[in-house]
Formats: sequence, C-alpha cells, structure tokens
Amino acid sequence: MTPVIRMTGIEKRFPGVYALREAQFDLYAGEVHALMGENGAGKSTLMKILSGIYSPDSGSIQVNGQEEKIVGPRAAQALGIGIIHQELALMPDLNVAQNIFIGREPRNRWGVLNEAQLNRDAEAIFAAMKVPIDPKAEVRSLTIAKQQMVEIAKALSFRSRILIMDEPTAALNDAETDELFAIIRRLKSEGVAIVYISHKMDEIRRISDRVTVMRDGAYVGTVAAADTPIETIISMMVGRELDQTAAEIPDLSAAPVVLSVRGLKRGRMVRDVGFDLRRGEILGFAGLMGAGRTEVARVIFGADPREAGDITVNGQPRNIRSPRDAVAAGIGYLSEDRKHFGLALGIDVRGNIALPSLERFSDRFMRVDEPALAKVAADYIQSLAIRTPSDKQEVRLLSGGNQQKVVIAKWLLRDCDILIFDEPTRGIDVGAKAEIYRLLLDLAAQGKAIIVISSELPEVLRLSHRIAVMCEGRLTGILPGGPNTSQQEIMRLATLRDGALEGALA
Amino acid sequence: MTLAPTSSPAKSAPAKGLLASGAQQKILAFASLIVLLVFFSLASPNFLQTANILAILQATSVNGVLAVAATLVIITGGIDLSVGTLMTFTAVIAGVVLTYWGMALPFGIAAAIIVGGCSGFISGTLIARMKIPPFIATLGMMLILKGLSLVISGTKPIYFNDTPSFPLLSTGSLIGAVIPSVPLPNGVLILFILATTISWVLNRTTLGRYCFALGSNEEAVRLSGVNADGWKVAIYALAGSICGIAGLLIASRLNSAQPALGLGYELDAIAAVVIGGTSLAGGRGSVLGTIIGALIMSVLLNGLRIMSVAQEWQTVVTGLIIILAVYADMLRRRRAG
Repeated sequence: MTPVIRMTGIEKRFPGVYALREAQFDLYAGEVHALMGENGAGKSTLMKILSGIYSPDSGSIQVNGQEEKIVGPRAAQALGIGIIHQELALMPDLNVAQNIFIGREPRNRWGVLNEAQLNRDAEAIFAAMKVPIDPKAEVRSLTIAKQQMVEIAKALSFRSRILIMDEPTAALNDAETDELFAIIRRLKSEGVAIVYISHKMDEIRRISDRVTVMRDGAYVGTVAAADTPIETIISMMVGRELDQTAAEIPDLSAAPVVLSVRGLKRGRMVRDVGFDLRRGEILGFAGLMGAGRTEVARVIFGADPREAGDITVNGQPRNIRSPRDAVAAGIGYLSEDRKHFGLALGIDVRGNIALPSLERFSDRFMRVDEPALAKVAADYIQSLAIRTPSDKQEVRLLSGGNQQKVVIAKWLLRDCDILIFDEPTRGIDVGAKAEIYRLLLDLAAQGKAIIVISSELPEVLRLSHRIAVMCEGRLTGILPGGPNTSQQEIMRLATLRDGALEGALA
Repeated sequence: MTLAPTSSPAKSAPAKGLLASGAQQKILAFASLIVLLVFFSLASPNFLQTANILAILQATSVNGVLAVAATLVIITGGIDLSVGTLMTFTAVIAGVVLTYWGMALPFGIAAAIIVGGCSGFISGTLIARMKIPPFIATLGMMLILKGLSLVISGTKPIYFNDTPSFPLLSTGSLIGAVIPSVPLPNGVLILFILATTISWVLNRTTLGRYCFALGSNEEAVRLSGVNADGWKVAIYALAGSICGIAGLLIASRLNSAQPALGLGYELDAIAAVVIGGTSLAGGRGSVLGTIIGALIMSVLLNGLRIMSVAQEWQTVVTGLIIILAVYADMLRRRRAG
C-alpha cells in the first residue's frame, strides 16, 4: 500500500535555529498517527511544512506517491491536506458558516454572497459530523470545544483526506475530548488519515495506531501505539527515563496558616468557598472544567471583584480589591494563559522577572539599577535552571516550560509567599513537566504556600498535600493527598451537583 | 415633528437589513441622536426649521462620505489618516481636468474617483505588501497628498467657472425637482446612495466579508488560503475612490478646489466612525452606525451654534462627546460580557 504522505529528509532552518534536520514522516489512509516530542522538537514545524505554511529548505514530500511541492495553504487544501491549528485560527466576529467557508463563499459572478447556500452547506457538514452547532452562531459565543468542532468542519469542507490536528484537546475537558475522539474514529473509518499531535500519553494510547517521536528537530523512531509501553515512548522523547513518584505528605499540623478564606462569593462560579492554607503546603484544586477553580483564584487575587467573603493573610484580615492589593499581601497568581496574562513576550527575561519589582530596583529619579537586576536575573536563571542563552533573550523565544519558570521567578522576586498556580504545566512537554513539579515541591519545602489548580488528576495527585475539589462553584470537599486518595474519589466530589441542578442538566 | 417626514425614511430604510448584525451598538448612538434632536428643538425655536435641517444634512454629506470610507478601513483593523487630504487632492485633480484642461464634467468626476482609488491602492500596497503600519503609511500619504495638492494648484484655489453645472453636483436637488416640498440637496442624496451601497457591499459581498474577517483575525484569513494582502489593497483602494466622491462634493459646494483645505477632516471622519460604534480594533462595525455618528456631530455643532455657544466651546463639546460615546460602548460591552 502506498502511503498517502511520505516526507523524507526534510530540512528547515530559521534564523539562529536548526528547526528540522533529516526529518521524516509517513501516513497511511485510515490511520491515526500520533506525532510526539517535547516542545521545540519540530512537530509543529514539520506539519506546517506539510500544510504549506512553511516551505522546506530541502527534502521530498510525496502525496499518494506523487512528488509534490506544497506552496501555500491553498495548495495544501487542493491536495486534500487540512490542518487544525493549536491556536485556533478562527475569526471570532464572524459566524460559524462564514468561518468554515472563508475564501470559498458561494457567490454569483459579481461577488455577491449566497448566505442561504452558505448556511445550508455548513449545516450539511455538521449533520455528517453528527455535531449540533448552529451555522449562524457567532464564533465568539462558542466554547473552545465547539470552536474546535468548527475548525474540524472547516477542514472537512475541503474534502480533506489528510487531517492534521495540533494539540486538539489542550483546552477540552474529558467529555469534550470523548466527543472529539468519536468524530476522529468516524473519520478514520471513512479512510481519512489523521496526524495527531499531543502531549497527553493516555490520549495517544486511546486514539492512535502508530506513534512517531521527534527530538531536537530529528526523527527518533516510529512504534505501534498499542503494544509500546508509555515509559518507552517517554524515554524516546526525552532521551532518559522519568521518575514516577507519588506525593510525600509532610506533617504540617504545626505550620502556621498563612491564607484563610471564608465565605467567598462571586456569581454562580464562586459560591461560599472557604479553606485554609498552611506554610509549606501544596493545596491542589481539582474539578471539571468550569467548576469555578480559576474564578476562586481570580477573586482571591483581586482580579475579579469579590461579592462577599473574608480573606486573611498571616492572621491579618485583608481587603483585597485589586491584584495590587494581593501582591502587597504577598499573593502571586500564575495564570493558565501565560502568553496573555503572565508574560510580556517581546521583553527579555530580565525585564519580565523585574516587572513587578521595578520600584525596588529604581531610585527616586526612577533610574533603574540594571547591574543589580542583571545579578538577580542571573541568580534565578541559575536556581530555577531557566534554559536561555542570556537574560537579554526575549521571552517569546523560550519554550513553554522555561517561560513558566520566568513567571515563577517574577513572583519569587516580588517576595510572594503564597503562590497560586493555574494549570502550571499546560502546553508544557513531559520532560519540562517533571522539572516544574520538582520546582513546586522545592518551593513548598522552602516554606512557600502553594495552590495548584489542575485539570489533570495525575498531576493533582502527584503534587498535592491536600486536595480541594470543586463542582459548579462550590467546594464539595477537601481530601487528604498521597496514595490513599484515588482518582475515583476526586471524580465523585467533582460531580457532586446539588439536586436542583442535577434535574436541569440531566 | 416636522423633521419626521424628511429624514426618517432616509435613515430607517437601510436599517432593516442591517439591524441583524450587531444591532445594539447602533441603538445607543441612535438614541443619543434623538436626545440631541429633542434637546435642541426645545432649546431653540430656530432649530427644527426645514432650512436648518437641510443645512445639517448638507453639512453631514462631506464628513459622512469620508466617514464611510474610513469605516471600511477601520473594520479591517486599520486606519486611514489620509482621507482628508486625499479628498482635497481629488478636488484639485477635478479642477485640473475641468478648468485647466477644459474637459467635460464626466471626465472630471471619473478622474477624481480614479485618482482617489489609485491613492488608496498605494496606501494599501504600503500596508499590505510592504508591511508598513497603517498609521504610519497613511500619515505619510496624508502629507504627500497635502503637498501635491499645493504643488499642482500652485497654492491657489481652482475655480470651476467653465463648468456651470458643477456646483449642482452637491447643491442642486434632483429630488426637489420631482417633489418640490422636499428640496433635499444632491450631496445628501449621494451620501444616502453611497451609504446604502457600501453597507450592502459589507454585508453581501466577499469584499465586505473579508473586511470583517481581516479585522477579526488576519492570520486566520491568511491560513485559510485567502489572498489576504490582495483584498486589503482592494479595500483601501475602494476607500480611496470614496474619498474621490467626497472631493467632488466639497469642490462642488465651494465651487472651487481649495488646496489648503483637508487637514483635520480625517479626524472628524474617524470620530463619526467611532461614535457610530465601529471598533477601532477591527472586526465590528457598520455604515449605518457611522452615518448616525456623522449626524450626531453635525447636529451637535449646528445646535450649539444656534444656541450661540462660542465656536471654541463647540470643539470642546465635540471632544467630550467622542469620549462619552466610546465609554458608553465600553460599558455596554462589559455588561454584555
């Protein structure tokens, strides 16, 4: 059987980066082929070449046995190659149907649009996908999961026989992931070939047939998904074995309570939430997406107004009304969306670390003490093992894991003793994940009080000394961490709805 | 309500087709317009006279046409600072063709519109192909066009004495000839036809669709395989040719091309667009909103003048209204989440 895609000897250089060296990849009809590797391994670059967004410096691409040069997204579409980008490439102000057919609107020869036809065509695609989405809905109003479905519909509308999905589940919850997988299976049974890029091991096992691993822009190997142990795949990715230790629970009964929250309220997402956090403790926050965990963090941090409730820091009641107040109280919040809220991407590492502490490093004429900053930055680069050529490197050029470390350094320099991590390892590859875990445990051991919000149960279990579980804005229980708590117990609390809601949502 | 028969059919006719897309943002502007009208009617008996209403509409026509051009560009997420001086430049061109060369009126009209389109094409090329930020590219074009207008005209006004029908372009009244009780000036009629056409283009054609798409997420448009740069150039060119129409209107009203005029018009146009609820960030907006915005500005100026408010204070009030309009829109959007 001829593969639908065969890429060999693909080379690509960007200024200063050797992105792909001798990369290769093949894909057969009706298979889901996972492409794995740490961030910066070259997966996305390789797929952008396949979809015509980048052109390779050298190498050969065969589509159905024919040598092809893919110039531009349009050429890729014509060859039946569709890509669903990691950062969704939709126009939020346009409606669903308009997004799907952008550039190919049904129209007469004067360029006048046939909106009715457009909506009918979109409806037909969703009917075939068995996904109920209104073609006339504005994309802005849809959930991320639904937007993902729109992207898939868009790719399918080209009659794509090859579908590239770049981390499609990064923002989906479990139910939504199941929905996506059902669609992937259906497409597969119709002979569509799917490239699946993901960091999530369990997903790879569930959905893919073969796994190709890349490292540092080069091809490492291809294995069958079903009978290859996860450890093997991980060691192919990182070139070393990973440790899988469970959380060790220190005895914190004597440690002082540093943060105490009582009766916190805001709308439907934060309903009467109360808990204590001790010095040196890691408190995990588990729950399904939309359970209100991020909302709790934002209210504590003063990013959203608090309707009711008391926040006490080190025994002192604090009226936190803005992030400024929270930072003054020693609370740092590390957003799940680093790129939007955590970092100034175009500024260098030193500048980002210094940002909240600039006043401390400047005199009364607002002159900044650069040498002192350079020294501090160098200290953190070393102590947190931030991999960067220098402290003058722009943050956008760092990998996800190293960006996260820059955010951590920033809050540590600001003397925050209470750190709230919201999805600290989202979009971070396996190797860097382990490093972030170790860093969090070290910080706790040094006496920082830490809250970790995570949608990945293994992560919560691995890190937390205690686990707070939320469901629909309510804190449904706090479980002890360690080996005695199971994922099932957490899930039970995470789905503990109150009676009225249960009836409405069933 | 002597106002109702003259102006309300003109405004509500395009409203029907447009209200579907982002209706609320216009309702606010429309309500402010009504409040202003009621306020000035009560404040001064001279305000609600047919002659005054016609004067307001006439005063809106030039700014309205420029604002329609600016709307197109702003919806794509860009900005065009050159609309004012381009208007002047096309007026000078019309003067050259009609007065210096003595050609017939249609040639003058065509020349203004084509030259406007070419200038827009150049702006669009600078922005889309050479990746110069729209603010800078059109700032440059603004000065270039201002300078060229002075150079070509020898810094003196060009009068249209050889083309007696030229002033009628703006001040004559086709409608008045048919229905004598409604002497609506042609300039207003042209604005109305143009606004209707462009809002149809925005909502019913591919060009309009790409306006919104580019303003919403330009990268997504490019990744969809659309010739994003080409369309952007086309949109700037269309906006430029609309500035040509504005040039004809102002030259016709003054019966001369005044080369020193034009600076500052771009800001009035942008103000009308913003008051009308079009987002400077791109992706959202409407011609109807812009027309309401332009009307708010002229009603305000006219009303304050009738109430004998000093000119310098009129300017202050205009500034306040712009800030207020945008703030009200922000509040509404924040509440909508």
